[in-house]
Amino acid sequence: MADNIQMRVTRYTPSPGAVPTVANYDVPLRQDWSILDGLNFVKDHIDGSLSFRWSCRMGICGSCGMNVEGEPMLTCATFLTDYAPGPVRVEPLTNFPVVRDLVVDIDDFMEKLPRIKPWIIRDDEKSVMDGEYLQTPEELEEYKQFSNCINCMLCYAACPIYGLDESFIGPAAIALAERYDLDSRDRGQRERLDILIEKEGVWGCTFVGECTRVCPKHVDPAGAIQRYKLKAATENLKAFLLPRGAR
Amino acid sequence: MTKRHIEPILWMLFSGGGVIAAVFLPVLIVLFGLAIPLGWVSVDYNHLHAVVTYWLTRLVVLGLVVLMLFHWAHRFRYTLQDGLQLNRLETPIAVLCYGGAVVGSIAALLIVLTL
Amino acid sequence: MKKRSYFMFVLRELSSVFVAWFAVFLMIMVFAIGRGEASYQNFMSWAASPVVVVINIVALAFAILHTVTWFALTPQAMVVRFGGRQVPAMKEVRVAGRYVPAATVVRVGGRVPAGLVVASQWAGLVVVSAFVAWLVLR
Repeated sequence: MADNIQMRVTRYTPSPGAVPTVANYDVPLRQDWSILDGLNFVKDHIDGSLSFRWSCRMGICGSCGMNVEGEPMLTCATFLTDYAPGPVRVEPLTNFPVVRDLVVDIDDFMEKLPRIKPWIIRDDEKSVMDGEYLQTPEELEEYKQFSNCINCMLCYAACPIYGLDESFIGPAAIALAERYDLDSRDRGQRERLDILIEKEGVWGCTFVGECTRVCPKHVDPAGAIQRYKLKAATENLKAFLLPRGAR
Repeated sequence: MTKRHIEPILWMLFSGGGVIAAVFLPVLIVLFGLAIPLGWVSVDYNHLHAVVTYWLTRLVVLGLVVLMLFHWAHRFRYTLQDGLQLNRLETPIAVLCYGGAVVGSIAALLIVLTL
Repeated sequence: MKKRSYFMFVLRELSSVFVAWFAVFLMIMVFAIGRGEASYQNFMSWAASPVVVVINIVALAFAILHTVTWFALTPQAMVVRFGGRQVPAMKEVRVAGRYVPAATVVRVGGRVPAGLVVASQWAGLVVVSAFVAWLVLR
């Protein structure tokens, strides 16, 4: 195995007329190093001005999403040796405005997520004194997969529809709406449906499937979206066919 | 209460058409697009006429054609909008696609009724 | 549209054009059948012309692409219950170092997703095809 691998990293500092450039860094090619380790080596030993987000370095916080060789990936879960002998291109996540170097602005998602009300909605909240809401293992299974989302945004980076139309609410938001809809403790299906049945909700999705392909936690947002479409269509049909009282 | 929306209905037509196309199209194309015109099999005209004019066949053929046209309309509309990034032409595209499907469906209805 | 997965997606979407083409072809054929043997023969001669045959060969290829991709995607959109427990409609497959739902890689290495939903779709295709062929050719 060679000693080093070259990382080709996007550099960008916002200022009038600035354009992104690519800087080449040679980092040690260690067996157990991730792309993130490589970036930290650059920051520690070569160029301290390189900016990027990371935190847990174990694939659970969702901070370190970047484009590696054009694919959205968690840099802490992607290994340098996978790209040996290199070079390996590291760019900021697609479809998001770049703040600086590899850091992207995810305000759009932060605005979209609360819209689908990602919390348990009930008319009759129990007080703490009355104890917990009970849930069987089967009821947990219903939504567990969708609760694994770590908000890493790789799905938004991969989604060509989101790339073309910023108003599309996006894969993670819909998957999380489904997570709450399927939770036996929740009673908020109607409220979320009213939001997602709009044009920028589920209908923008043409089931490309890229979101599911890139998801590091196997959430399968594409599946969630298609199921949601069916749910929305059935509810909508009822609105057309049933008299007011029965709906 | 859920407002009534048109988009979900169009999606259901698209889905129905997709299933129909997936299941019927291969055999129909092989038979009527290739095997019969190219003479790989021979079919008696009178038999074909009898099958086609039977009331149930008329109904099924009408259903197939209508669903397939609406499947195309919905998918092609999004292909034009997304693929060619013609988002601002959203309304004309929708009119072109769904309008085309409606015209085709009416034609199919007339053909099937006057066979 | 550089990536291979995007390319396959675009092809899949373009298959709808051939769905519409054949719907129209079918309509015209039914119309010709209704107008008598002569017009039916005329139609078949036209259908046998090289241009139309080529179009229909391409249409068949796209129809098969549509069927295969449609059958691969539908299980992903459904929840299958068996004995009160949710059954994943597809297994996960490792492709190029990452997990993907098996349904999206139906052609890789010939692996086909397991499951009732998938099997029943293909069974449906076989039954319909056999029935139509029998109906027309008997």
